[in-house]
Amino acid sequence: MELTAEMRGQVFDYLLRHADDRLVLGHRLSEWCGHAPMLEEDLALANIALDLIGQATLLYKLAAQTEDSGRTEDDLAFLRDPSEFRNLQLVEQPNGDFAFTIARQFFFDAYDVPFLENLSRSAHPELAGIGAKALKEAQYHLRHTQQWMLRLGDGTDESHRRLQDAVDDLWCFSQELLVPDSLNHALVAAGIAVDLEALRSLWRATVEQTLREATLEIPSDAQYMASGSRGGYHTEHLGYLLAEMQVLQRTHPGATW
Amino acid sequence: MVNVWDCLRSVPDPEIPVVDVVSMGIVREVEESPDGVKVTITPTYSGCPAMSEIEASIRAALHEAGYAQVELKTQIAPAWTTDWITDEACEQLRSYGIAPPERRYASGVAGNSVACPFCASEETRLQSEFGSTLCKALHVCNDCRQPFERFKCI
Repeated sequence: MELTAEMRGQVFDYLLRHADDRLVLGHRLSEWCGHAPMLEEDLALANIALDLIGQATLLYKLAAQTEDSGRTEDDLAFLRDPSEFRNLQLVEQPNGDFAFTIARQFFFDAYDVPFLENLSRSAHPELAGIGAKALKEAQYHLRHTQQWMLRLGDGTDESHRRLQDAVDDLWCFSQELLVPDSLNHALVAAGIAVDLEALRSLWRATVEQTLREATLEIPSDAQYMASGSRGGYHTEHLGYLLAEMQVLQRTHPGATW
Repeated sequence: MVNVWDCLRSVPDPEIPVVDVVSMGIVREVEESPDGVKVTITPTYSGCPAMSEIEASIRAALHEAGYAQVELKTQIAPAWTTDWITDEACEQLRSYGIAPPERRYASGVAGNSVACPFCASEETRLQSEFGSTLCKALHVCNDCRQPFERFKCI
């Protein structure tokens, strides 16, 4: 797609946001590898992590092409500092217990399925292609986390309590998923980006219905709500995550094996 | 010289060596010109870790067949679907112990009518939608008690 210089910068930034979401969340999930409560879940979380990191790679490649300054997808993943990352604060939150990981993933998946559905209709053909491909994967993720929300929420007293705590703790990160900024508005006008306003009611419907079915309380919106991560504001957790993820490339630049 | 498509049919899928990259629908297009051969491939899943292995194997097989100039291109759209796996490859999967995917893409859970690849019983249950690789789910046969994998339908 032919883009003006200004739009190229905007599309690059947009691609980074969504690549960073997937890389950071995929990395978090990969931390469960070998530690999940049962073998099937160990496999499931590793599979979802791999899907997300694969999607991130496709988006970083397209970002590198769009930027066209010689940086590669690996440079974008491994050689940027926390303040340059554009991922949501939701996805960088540490794993906590299994209920916390499931709630975090469910909040993301409930947004990701309609997001990718819309992205597959983007006027940017490569972006639309990535959306259509990732959608098939995200549908599996959402079905999986939705089932766990029901099982844990409507399970034992302890699983219910743990999941309710997780939902309450994560609620403050939920608004950012769906609040558009000026970059989003500009790219929606060009037919490239997904209109987050239109996703809000879909996300709320999925989440509220699942929480109700899982006998969980829907938290109040009248509380502190995180914001600013698309501009590079993060919780302290992102720095530690990146330090671990990037250590090899930072210590031995260009290392391959 | 061996025909390019025939040559590509000799390249096995690294994760399921009983099938090849053409019958799995991974090879999308072949263009031959005086400058060489251009092969377009598509990943099954975004994060398929076998892609670099597949690229290397395709290159090696074509070089060995005498094609000096080989260019590989990766295409994402249209997204790969299990409907591109040939009928013959589905049978090969079954005889290898993997239940093949259903024929039409359906986004619902398709766990109830999966036939056991070992005893053909339809009395099977879904154990997990995620298995040992991105493309497979875990099932168990209630009749012969054998756990088995099913190719996910996407």
